[in-house]
Amino acid sequence: MAALNIGTGASSHSAYDLRDHHETAERSHTLAVIVDNEAGVLARVIGLFSGRGYNIDSLTVAEIDHAGHRSRITVVTRGTEAVIEQIRAQLSRIVPVHQVTDLTTEAVAVERELALFKVQGKGDARIEALRLAEIFRANVVDSTLESFVFEITGAPEKIDAFADLMRPLGLIDVARTGVAALARGV
Amino acid sequence: MSEQMTGAPVAQQDRMTQETMTGAQIVVRALKDHGVDTIFGYPGGAVLPIYDAIFQQNDIRHILVRHEQAAVHMAEGYARSTGKPGVVLVTSGPGATNAVTGLTDALMDSIPLVVFSGQVPTFMIGTDAFQEADTVGITRPCTKHNWLVKEPDALADTIHQAFTVATSGRPGPVLIDLPKDVQFATATYVGPKAAKPGHYRPRTEPDPQAVERLVELIERAERPVFYTGGGVINAGPEAARQMTELVEATGFPITSTLMGLGAYPASGKNWLGMLGMHGLYEANLAMHDCDLMICLGARFDDRITGRVSDFSPGSVKVHVDIDPSSINKIIRVDLPIVADVGKLIAAALDLWKARGSKTNRAAIEGWWKQIEGWKKINCLAYAGSETTIKPQYALERLEALTRGRDRYITTEVGQHQMWAAQFLHFDKPNRWMTSGGLGTMGYGFPASIGVQIAHPEALVINVAGEASWQMNVQEMGTATQFFAPVKQFILNNERLGMVRQWQELLHGERYSQSWSESLPDFVKLAEAYGWKGIICSDPKDLDDAIMEMIDYDGPVLFDCLVEKHENCFPMIPSGKPHNEMLLAADAEAFKSGAALV
Repeated sequence: MAALNIGTGASSHSAYDLRDHHETAERSHTLAVIVDNEAGVLARVIGLFSGRGYNIDSLTVAEIDHAGHRSRITVVTRGTEAVIEQIRAQLSRIVPVHQVTDLTTEAVAVERELALFKVQGKGDARIEALRLAEIFRANVVDSTLESFVFEITGAPEKIDAFADLMRPLGLIDVARTGVAALARGV
Repeated sequence: MSEQMTGAPVAQQDRMTQETMTGAQIVVRALKDHGVDTIFGYPGGAVLPIYDAIFQQNDIRHILVRHEQAAVHMAEGYARSTGKPGVVLVTSGPGATNAVTGLTDALMDSIPLVVFSGQVPTFMIGTDAFQEADTVGITRPCTKHNWLVKEPDALADTIHQAFTVATSGRPGPVLIDLPKDVQFATATYVGPKAAKPGHYRPRTEPDPQAVERLVELIERAERPVFYTGGGVINAGPEAARQMTELVEATGFPITSTLMGLGAYPASGKNWLGMLGMHGLYEANLAMHDCDLMICLGARFDDRITGRVSDFSPGSVKVHVDIDPSSINKIIRVDLPIVADVGKLIAAALDLWKARGSKTNRAAIEGWWKQIEGWKKINCLAYAGSETTIKPQYALERLEALTRGRDRYITTEVGQHQMWAAQFLHFDKPNRWMTSGGLGTMGYGFPASIGVQIAHPEALVINVAGEASWQMNVQEMGTATQFFAPVKQFILNNERLGMVRQWQELLHGERYSQSWSESLPDFVKLAEAYGWKGIICSDPKDLDDAIMEMIDYDGPVLFDCLVEKHENCFPMIPSGKPHNEMLLAADAEAFKSGAALV
């Protein structure tokens, strides 16, 4: 039996329209999500992203108001405008979510991340690592005769740049906190 | 959500009624305070204290099911036919996991349920104890919200919140997981009025400016259509009444999704019939060619839209939904309105009257002429037979012989479901219960029992296929035990008809695993459970057999042997737009790969 004459990317064997209709211009967005600090709330947020196929580039969470039982989740996600709009709407519908703010479109925000870098080396490489750390205003928080642990704070791009520089100088371990972000001004 | 779904008799002196009792007693007391008269459930080790509390009272009736999935579907049937939340009680582990299909079904179709599951004692959670499962973890994505109650003093508040969440905004199922030690512990009971208010307050009032824009669009439209869904049913009977008033005031045509049937009466003159994949030709073409689409409480499901890029290309689209995430999810709309659809319809009607609005009468008349032309295609036509019962004929006769009765219909999932939606007519809301979003085979039979329990005197019929029906066949005993005189009208084609249809049309007629082998003798099966069994294979006997079913005071299993290879048309095939519907006459050309016109 001849198959239906439907173009590439479609399936004549499915009731679903398998072609992708979404616009392709994806952009990174930072969302601040204020939630009740209760058991399972992080799982609800993460489950929403995995269950609906959204991306998470970075996620941080911590209690911000002990008396009010509130936590702030900062999610860096990526998607087209339509997808980001869906993510916001879907997040807002989770019962313990109080507020969702898109810090990329609704505000000018400061974004900061903290990272720890362990760099192993001797001789010139070790001196070069320390010199670069000073330029980046990274602190030495641990040292042996053949290693440093640097602490660095800044926008994610700055931390990426520092990692690129440390790699040839003996970078052996990295820990990053993910992005914390706040809108500028009041 | 209407008041009737949230409203419940609550003690006036609520704040005073702070009593000490066990967790199990709190559950029963809270249910009473929320006006619950019936629960569906199955006991087990981790819920024994609650079952003990149920034993010691007479206000709440417990319907003992044979499988927890069926308990949830029964509660769905109860909820959809009454507008009240359905309540379920299951044990830990397998009790809870068996409920998952029902929870997902209720989530997809926005049905308010409150499900209680037992859990192992708090000090054993995480130890892989007997009948332990991570129930809140498993049910998180298939409930609107869920709670694990570890503090006995938080129990009463949690139950009250659960009823609020289940019934307000877009309704849905919620689950409360109750460790056994919490059920035994003593705690303070706080009544619903004194409970801590949660922050969950979905917006229900429409933006007045948006209402004004909507009325302006209605005044100017030349080729309008109302596209309504389950949201109108969920908004309550008053919303359905006002929907009808709005349709009459404007003279616009109206179509509905599978979920919304009955919101506008099928006998109304503006009714186009259901839309979508197996919807009516005139309904789908009206959607495709309209210049104003007013979507009320529907969500542009893929079974409705067909190919998204060609969906109703020339229309201004208005979408009214209580759930902001439904808006612009699939289809970008021009006028989004977040509101309870009932409140929106009322506001639009008020403004319509206040402005003394009029429609573009000449254009609307022309539009109706075009629609009448489409109706002449007679898209539901099928080849009749003197010797074999055609499934469409069986439903036409069922419709004719039950017309005028206040009749409740449930269905399973498949061809019979689509034929039922095409050939049965609903003049009131809450009379049609079918698994729309999830498409759960095995839904209809237990749902019919739930409907019958809520409406003991009503005629309740489950239109089924023999394959779907067997998926919850064990509930025959429940119907017998609780004197639920449900009528199981099985269109038996000894096939998984819809699967077979797709295999015929789209998979080269390779009928992989799509037949019903080793079927039981349904009449003997009926008799084994104390039911009446009827078998019918001759169209000439059908009317008498249907009347025998209706007149029998007790549950009936009706084995209606129908044409085995009938296909369900019209059909929008895979990824096609609305204006490329397949009618029965086109099917052969379609199979041979000829281009569709």
